[in-house]
Amino acid sequence: MAEAQAAEVQSVRVDRPAARLSLAYVLSGFLAFGIAAIAGLLQGLDRGGMITLPKWLSYYAVLTTHGVYMGLVFTTFFIIGFFFSGVARTTGGSLPPAARRLGWFGWWMMVVGVIMATIEILAGNASVLYTFYAPMKASPYFYIGTALLVVGSWFGGYGVFSAYRAWKRNHPGKMSPLFTFMAVSTMALWQIATIGVAVEVVLQLIPWSFGWVPTINVLLSRMLLWYFGHPLVYFWLLPAYTMWYVNMPRIIGGKVFSDALARASFILFVLLSTPVGFHHQLLEPGIPPLWKFLHVMLTMMVVVPSLMTAFNMFAVFETAGRAKGATGLFGWFKKLPWNDVRFTAPIMGMIAFIPGGAGGIINAGYQMNEVVHNTIWVTGHFHLTVATTVAMTFFGIAYWLIPHLTGRRLTPAANKVGLAQAVIWATGMLLMSGSMHYMGLLGVPRRTAYTTYMNNPTALSWMPLEGTMALGGVLLFIAAMMMIGMVIYLTWFAPKGFQEYPIGEIGDTAEATPRILERWPVIISLAAVLILVAYAYPVIDTMQNAPPGAPGIKTW
Amino acid sequence: MHLHRYEKIWLTVGLLTLIVFIIVLGINAFAMGAQPPSDAQVIDPTKVSQTPPFDQPGLKQLGNNNYAADMTAFVFGYAPNRIEIPVRSTVTFNVTSKDVVHGFEIPGTDVNMMIVPGLVNSATHTFTKPGDYLILCNEYCGAGHQLMAAHLVVK
Ligand code: HEM
Ligand SMILES: [Cu+2]
Ligand SMILES: [Cu+2]
Repeated sequence: MAEAQAAEVQSVRVDRPAARLSLAYVLSGFLAFGIAAIAGLLQGLDRGGMITLPKWLSYYAVLTTHGVYMGLVFTTFFIIGFFFSGVARTTGGSLPPAARRLGWFGWWMMVVGVIMATIEILAGNASVLYTFYAPMKASPYFYIGTALLVVGSWFGGYGVFSAYRAWKRNHPGKMSPLFTFMAVSTMALWQIATIGVAVEVVLQLIPWSFGWVPTINVLLSRMLLWYFGHPLVYFWLLPAYTMWYVNMPRIIGGKVFSDALARASFILFVLLSTPVGFHHQLLEPGIPPLWKFLHVMLTMMVVVPSLMTAFNMFAVFETAGRAKGATGLFGWFKKLPWNDVRFTAPIMGMIAFIPGGAGGIINAGYQMNEVVHNTIWVTGHFHLTVATTVAMTFFGIAYWLIPHLTGRRLTPAANKVGLAQAVIWATGMLLMSGSMHYMGLLGVPRRTAYTTYMNNPTALSWMPLEGTMALGGVLLFIAAMMMIGMVIYLTWFAPKGFQEYPIGEIGDTAEATPRILERWPVIISLAAVLILVAYAYPVIDTMQNAPPGAPGIKTW
Repeated sequence: MHLHRYEKIWLTVGLLTLIVFIIVLGINAFAMGAQPPSDAQVIDPTKVSQTPPFDQPGLKQLGNNNYAADMTAFVFGYAPNRIEIPVRSTVTFNVTSKDVVHGFEIPGTDVNMMIVPGLVNSATHTFTKPGDYLILCNEYCGAGHQLMAAHLVVK
């Protein structure tokens, strides 16, 4: 009886209109990923001294492309596409027309924004990297393009919210489906986070870059950017957590361990991931140490919901293994479906998050930050977290999401290619991120083209490690192209059929979920209070006691 | 909300570890004075060359084995671009930018700070080993960023 019910639930299909919207986002994301991977390869080879970029192609234009396309375009498009599909899947199979209209409007806006920004980057008018630190001054159209990308993503979020509201209206008094709840909380977090960068771009950068105002308050612009910069990483991470909490249990034949705890961890992220931005500015003048320390303390608290997630995942793995007859302390480990890419790619990412998270604690470790700040250690760190944990989870999702949306199947052969892809990516990352971490401890700077500082012996001694990094980059590039091949295959060429959209059921032992976890006004107000505590005084202080502003210049 | 017993243990241990870590960092910072560079001095970024001490960047002896290095950072270098000090000297680097944001890092030491236009930043270090130290910019600042460096010779 329960089996039959489960089978019926798993056969729910995302309908055509919703699938088309979701697919548009996901495929645009992978297009950006493919382009950015070429840039990544060039960076590795250039830094390693293996190639010299032609005169017309600046290292920093390439790096701006890579950072913007990987960090902002690939992730944002993929995330919104994934959320639309999952919201449709868990609310009956379709999206209300209003949600779809918002979704399409957002998609177009984002596409136009990305095209504008790309033209300016390629024309050499915007080699300011994805953090666009003023007073380096790019073309206003680059800033407008990125603003459109962000505002477009808001409309994607409004689409998710409107589908959620429609479901709530039709199911009065009921708790929303777990996936939908997670999509809503992540997009709420995104709304809160992007206020910072939107204010920076619209009120500071655009007027200044058009020449309407002569100078810019540099420290304020940096505070606004990093108000956004840290929750940005949680915006990348939470969709991966959503997959782990909701989709993974079904893939391994288990159940969601605790609906309540899953929701609680997401609420903690909404509350805690924004008031922490100064951990990116620990070495900056103009911010009093006490405020830096407050942000460090809050940063350490954001570790808690990740610890909750880790526990939940192990609990799911273990109970699923035991249900299949595993015995002993670690017997369950062997019962996991290691030859299923839908499981293996994400689990590799999950494992990478153990050193990745530990590295993050070091970065935010106040004085310890002096050892690693702006060295390539940091780049190694986020290639472990976002480019391994998050990206490999997204790869794992793509293997079932794309065929589900296109009415095709993941074949056993494609599954094998996927497994090889995952292994190559992980190996490449081990080499690249490993040597980045090591070089960072030696003091090798990040965001720096090939250099020996005029044959300085210290800098020369770094070159073999730069070479190892480049080799890792080559492997990563191969894996990236395999991924693009798989996306093309699963979209247009795989055999027609039904690919299940795995959604885990809630375990029998899970407790009822407390109502407070869905009281948005309370949650958002609490988040606002924390943000005011962490930012109100330093921001006002920076505005009132600012030094004379800085005029902009183009230094590239 | 009910927590599984093992989860309670796991979260308690995790939270306690984090709190101990924060306390250690706090003691280090506020009792032992190991604060990250957080200077609050402001300066007009367009008038750095006219503002003392940056109108005459260079090394100034403050006492026995004690120096101040007043330096400017600009695209794509530092002034002065070469400093010599005797071994076991303590140097306080006071640095500001004449244009965009730069970095100031000495590999092999813990000297590492951001140089933001409009503000002065400073860091102090005692050099106990002789050698040729590289000072480099670790914040992207433009086309010649990879060339931006200075030298510190400890004799
Ligand atoms: C083909 C795979 C990849 C390769 C070969 C690669 C290589 C690199 C290299 C060598 C750098 C450092 C350049 C420098 O600091 O001088 C870099 C920076 C970066 N990468 Fe990747 N990467 C890859 C995949 C990814 C992925 C999947 C993401 C995120 C989703 C990502 C995000 C970034 C970001 C945000 C930066 C920083 C840009 C900046 O500092 O402004 N990368 N990458
Ligand atoms: Cu952060
Ligand atoms: Cu620089």
